[in-house]
Amino acid sequence: MNAQISRLALVALILLTALIGATTYWQTWATGSLAAKQDNEIQRVAQFRIRRGLIYASDGKTLLAANRAVKRGGQTLFFRRYPTHGFASQTVGYSTQGRSRSGIERDQNAYLTASNANLGTIFDKLTDNLKGATVTGNNLILNLRVGVQRIAETALAGKCGAAVMLNPKTGAVYVMASSPSYDPNKIESNTGYASILKSPSACPGSTSALLNRATQGLYPPGSTFKTVTAAAALDAGIYKPDSPFYDPGYCVEYGQKVRNAGNPEAPETFGHVDFLQAYEHSINAVFCNIGMKLGAAKITDEAKDFGFYDEPPIELPSSQVEPSGEYRFQNGGLHLFDDPGQMDPGRLAFGQDKLLVTPLQMALVAAGVANGGTIMEPHLVKKVTAPGGSKTVAKTKPKVWKHAMKPSTAATLNTMMQAVITGGTATGVQIPGITWAGKTGTAETNEPGVYDAWFIFFAPADHPVVAGAVVIEHSAGGFGGAVAAPIAKQLVQAILPTSSK
Amino acid sequence: MGARSLISIRPRNRELLYLLPVGVLTGTGFASVYIARQSFVSWGSLGYAIFFLALYVAAHLVARFAVPAADPYLLPMTGVLTAIGVTEIYRLGPDDAFKQGLWIVVGVGLFALALIGLRRDYRSLENYKYLFGIAAIALLFLPRVPGLGTTVNGARLWVRVGPIQFQPGEFAKIFLIVFLAAYLREKREALAQARLKDVGPLLLIWGGCMLTLVSSNDLGSALLYYGIFLSMLYVATARLSYVVVGLALFVVGGYGAYERVPHVKERITIWLHPWTTHPVYCPLTGTKTLRQDCQSYQLVKSLYSIANGHFGGAGLGKGVFNTTDGKPLIPYINTDFIYSALAQEIGLIGSAALLLVFMLFVARGMKIALQADDGFSKLLAAGLTFGFALQTFIIVGGVLRVIPLTGITLPFVSYGGSSVVANFVLLAGLLLVSHRANSQ
Repeated sequence: MNAQISRLALVALILLTALIGATTYWQTWATGSLAAKQDNEIQRVAQFRIRRGLIYASDGKTLLAANRAVKRGGQTLFFRRYPTHGFASQTVGYSTQGRSRSGIERDQNAYLTASNANLGTIFDKLTDNLKGATVTGNNLILNLRVGVQRIAETALAGKCGAAVMLNPKTGAVYVMASSPSYDPNKIESNTGYASILKSPSACPGSTSALLNRATQGLYPPGSTFKTVTAAAALDAGIYKPDSPFYDPGYCVEYGQKVRNAGNPEAPETFGHVDFLQAYEHSINAVFCNIGMKLGAAKITDEAKDFGFYDEPPIELPSSQVEPSGEYRFQNGGLHLFDDPGQMDPGRLAFGQDKLLVTPLQMALVAAGVANGGTIMEPHLVKKVTAPGGSKTVAKTKPKVWKHAMKPSTAATLNTMMQAVITGGTATGVQIPGITWAGKTGTAETNEPGVYDAWFIFFAPADHPVVAGAVVIEHSAGGFGGAVAAPIAKQLVQAILPTSSK
Repeated sequence: MGARSLISIRPRNRELLYLLPVGVLTGTGFASVYIARQSFVSWGSLGYAIFFLALYVAAHLVARFAVPAADPYLLPMTGVLTAIGVTEIYRLGPDDAFKQGLWIVVGVGLFALALIGLRRDYRSLENYKYLFGIAAIALLFLPRVPGLGTTVNGARLWVRVGPIQFQPGEFAKIFLIVFLAAYLREKREALAQARLKDVGPLLLIWGGCMLTLVSSNDLGSALLYYGIFLSMLYVATARLSYVVVGLALFVVGGYGAYERVPHVKERITIWLHPWTTHPVYCPLTGTKTLRQDCQSYQLVKSLYSIANGHFGGAGLGKGVFNTTDGKPLIPYINTDFIYSALAQEIGLIGSAALLLVFMLFVARGMKIALQADDGFSKLLAAGLTFGFALQTFIIVGGVLRVIPLTGITLPFVSYGGSSVVANFVLLAGLLLVSHRANSQ
């Protein structure tokens, strides 16, 4: 019988070996596809076992995101709470059970859950695991300045719009505000979420407070874009600040009159002006002619040098950062296009045509001028610290993003932007003791008499420490100089040393 | 004391030595669970390990007295398997672990009784073969008796007498093996001739198994009995044609059941298509839902659990078995799905090691069958060992979607008194055969 027993033993061992094979299949090859299954709750539960890292404002004290521990079914779960109830809500974002994650909470999830590949973090996590302690994520310290961010949010309250202010030399983002705002603690409950979705409809179109208007809001830039056109003209060497123009109140393109701002029947007329004055007073007719002379291709190339057609590399999920550029409606959605043959060079030159930009991109335009033509990568995160906060895990270093223009062009534009405040369209926002620079924008919307009001700026003009952009959406009859610039002034005054206020 | 007894004592010393790592492993396992669940080490975990070690040392002492020459590996391996089982059951629910511990004590008690009672010559059991055969059939049909049987998880397998609830099928398996070993030893020459008259019992047993399959919804046990029967028939007669015909009849019978019995058809459909992208009819709710949310819910959740173990496992006590609301993710996790729980926590390394212990157990059992020098002993050891292997394959293979999932226990590991006690009796049988073979 021994031959049969040997064969039976072989059969039994083959059967059991097959089990090892099948286990190997499920625990190696199949893990990815099974983890991605919709009804697989394990991944979702596991993430709440981790004590997420804390998020602080730049002072390292103001807590923007913290945890509450809940014991359920023998396990301790950690859910997020947001002690500031909506401070920089779209930027910080949320991490909830039901509605996943957004903002920094989503983009920096690896650090916040200690699942990044940093050696120190891996070691800490391993020690936590061996000790049986809860895995604790790394803390984030942001560049956001509590005081100035609050001022921006207060100034925007009740309006629709956004404000961005950053350091042009380092890219550190001090302010990123979007209005309307929301309380991320309410995201979890269905009623709270519904109330956020139905937030004030002062801003037609996209009314959701979840939208981060600073990086996702697409607006026509209006005259602020003349900064890019002027850079193209100066870089090309075709014009100088004293190049002469004649403004009859309109320019002729495709056989039609393109008129200056103001009453269409009696538009503003400036007559003989030079290039600097045309910028200072934001004369559309002059820029229309410059645009036709330069051609759409040159302007588009210059815009690309400023970072248009590219997502700014900021610590936000890609889905929450839009590139700026010319957009057209296609297949029921907005799509970027960069074919100069499809553009209207005259209107493009003064920021109308089909241009749509984000406030962040326009802040970076101002930052490029302020920083001698070089645009730094914008950064929300100042540093990452180990749990407990004593040890720095990673520190953000300034990094060049774009070389937008020649340093000489940047220097010339700096003086031209100063002129806007000293004697142009924004004389109302002069700050005693501080020379600063800016450019207004009043972009036409679909409704007559209703504008998107812009102001881009940097300060102080001779050694800029901040640059930024403010936009107020659908401002009835409000021009950039009157609506957006005063908010920029508040921000500049709040952040510059007290002595120069 | 001559030279013979000196040689025969040696395996027991090895056994005692092998029990030490079992104690260490048990201690480490309980400590891990304590640490993961309570963030501190408790002396209680060591208490469990010491109790466990003491229990196995007691079993060892009985073996030293009753079967000194028996295989020294089987008892320590049983120790490993029960320790892993109790640790995981403890992790899933401390109350159940205490009960399981009690059942292990009962199992060791029965193990000791069997060794002591049968130490002179277990072959006397051969004389009572028909008693075993009738007892096996009686036990199988016990859950069908009105007032005694209860239905658990769609299958009528349990008998409830007062506060005690047990699965007679677990014992029926062992009785059946004893009966088959004795019967086949006697009739093997006649059966080897393959006359129609002798094939009768084959058809009878095939019919009986199919009847069990259809009537009790217990597909796993039907497959197990049939597999044990065919394997022992083959060992006894050396006729492969029996196996081929037997398997062919099983396929025919299985197909018939698939066509006629909704429960069988459902099991096969779940196995082949656990996930659907479109809603299908759900008999549980009477509405249309995705199959993974209805019939194949357990299987799918169990696969997710296994997959989450990856290579190294989440760690004992660190697996995810509850939703964020604290509800259990997998029903019957400490019985039918103990392997999915373990696979998540100890990973591929741990589960492969666990299966290797099962393989070693089977290898030692088969070696005992080879070493035995009479037909009854060979058939008994081979039958017990193959039954052990097949039961492991049916449940773990079902959980891993290698074969359709049917609920039976994983020997020594799953929560369940009947299973643990019956398997200790199986172990006693193997040690008795081994001792006799080595003492010759």
